[in-house]
Amino acid sequence: MSKYPEIAKQGLWNNNPGLVQLLGLCPLLAVTATLTNALGLGLATLLVLVGSNILVSLVRDFVPKEIRIPVFVMIIATLVTCVQLLINAYAYGLYLSLGIFLPLIVTNCVIIGRAEAFASRNSLAHSAFDGLMMGIGFTLVLVVLGGMREIIGQGTLFAGADLLLGEWAASLTIHVWQVDNAFLLAILPPGAFIAMGLLIALKNVIDQKIEQAAPKPEASTVTRARITKVS
Amino acid sequence: MAFKIASSPHVSTSLHTNKVMLRVALCLIPGIAAQLYFFGAGTFIQIILALVTAYIAEASILKLRNKPVADTLKDNSALVTALLLAIAIPPLAPWWIVVIGTLFAIVIVKNLYGGLGNNIFNPAMAGYVLLLVSFPVQMTDWVTPHSVAQHSVGLRYALQGIFTPEFINLGHNISFDGKTMATPLDTLKTDLSMGLTTTESLLKPIFANMAGVGWFGVNLAYLIGGLIMLKLKVIRWHISFAILGALFICSSFGFMLNPDTHISPIMHLFSGGTMLAAFFIATDPVTAATSAKGRLIFGAMIGVLIYIIRTFGGYPDAVAFAVLLANMCAPFIDHYVRPRAYGHRSGN
Repeated sequence: MSKYPEIAKQGLWNNNPGLVQLLGLCPLLAVTATLTNALGLGLATLLVLVGSNILVSLVRDFVPKEIRIPVFVMIIATLVTCVQLLINAYAYGLYLSLGIFLPLIVTNCVIIGRAEAFASRNSLAHSAFDGLMMGIGFTLVLVVLGGMREIIGQGTLFAGADLLLGEWAASLTIHVWQVDNAFLLAILPPGAFIAMGLLIALKNVIDQKIEQAAPKPEASTVTRARITKVS
Repeated sequence: MAFKIASSPHVSTSLHTNKVMLRVALCLIPGIAAQLYFFGAGTFIQIILALVTAYIAEASILKLRNKPVADTLKDNSALVTALLLAIAIPPLAPWWIVVIGTLFAIVIVKNLYGGLGNNIFNPAMAGYVLLLVSFPVQMTDWVTPHSVAQHSVGLRYALQGIFTPEFINLGHNISFDGKTMATPLDTLKTDLSMGLTTTESLLKPIFANMAGVGWFGVNLAYLIGGLIMLKLKVIRWHISFAILGALFICSSFGFMLNPDTHISPIMHLFSGGTMLAAFFIATDPVTAATSAKGRLIFGAMIGVLIYIIRTFGGYPDAVAFAVLLANMCAPFIDHYVRPRAYGHRSGN
């Protein structure tokens, strides 16, 4: 019996860290003004999440229960520092535009949440896969949100992609439409909250539709012929 | 003879939501007329645009929410929201400004929170703040009042200005440049930040009387409309007078301390959107506090906030922000200021 499809479903949809668990809202809302930033932060979080799940799963039998949280935090902080230094070295522009939110990945509740709830109780392979799926789920939400806000706010997609991917990516920028006036609200934090609310509403609508479409399992009613008194 | 058996209250009137809203709309007429007189026909087109957008948006969202469309449209609340928003934005703002604002007000602020009666924020003011935050340039370009400008804005002129923004941007019409300028409050604030004193700034032609040309008349007209509403018992006095009182007291203190860097109380009361806010916006029964004492606190809070934001804030006028901030506190105020129930001791 493979647990993998179930883990994937949980991470990507049913228990999506962004849309359902509502964890890590601070980076989710703060850096999704453009698709590039969203993708950058999503990938960084994904890396940390996979790494921390693997490490936590490896040490889960050696860490005393009482001090597990500090140990997890140390592991996560180490990984975040690694990722931060990597981005600083290879994508300096992105490093600047993500700013404080890059080191703040360490406080992202998704990561400690998965470490505590999943990786500390499951095998290495399962934990790694869970980290990957949760990370992808989180990144997808970030990307959708970033895309929405960038299109509405500036009328572009992938503006500044060269910060993330190098010089050649400058041509990736798509001008969806030409706006004379940026729709500032979409880029400012309130726009993020509103867009996030709409996304969650959309997910709930889809869930409802799926539930309605699915044939209801027949309620198995057991009718007892007679009731014997048990004394 | 049939006896109607019902629980209290036993005295009822036929003053339903639709009538109250209609009276509010009618009492806006003096103010709108004054605005049309001083600032040209732009406002008229904005009102039409807002009304059309509001009714279409309301009808579609009600349909989506499976609510009775025709009945709800008849309650006239969309009418008032559209009117308030349309008169709050600059008369010559491009057409999409008012359309976006109205859509946001009706769809998100009102209906996504559960429709009339469940909205936390005043829809018109939330729409206005959305516009002010998103499009600061368009939203602070107010029409020059007609006695300062050389020509007044006619209907045809306003149509051109609203529907073809290039008309202004490309400078096809040079004289259009003289048509828009900052509002008096905005001008004064800029001057103060540039080191001029209030007295020096007030020498400019836009301040021909104490509150700025045109604005004094417009505010006076809204005051008259508001007093009519009081007389008709559409609103009660608490909120309006608390706002005006608090604003007057705060601004008097400031003005007495340092008249060179503070705006005079008269200008505070009769410029910008003070009267409109005090009588028409803050008194929205859905988003205001409900008890008499609560309303006094609610109003005073708005008054103080208007003064603080106008004096220390970065935006030219503060009415919308003050109302929204107070809206947030209204449930809190209601929670702590409960009228004493008969037979109970106060404070319990």
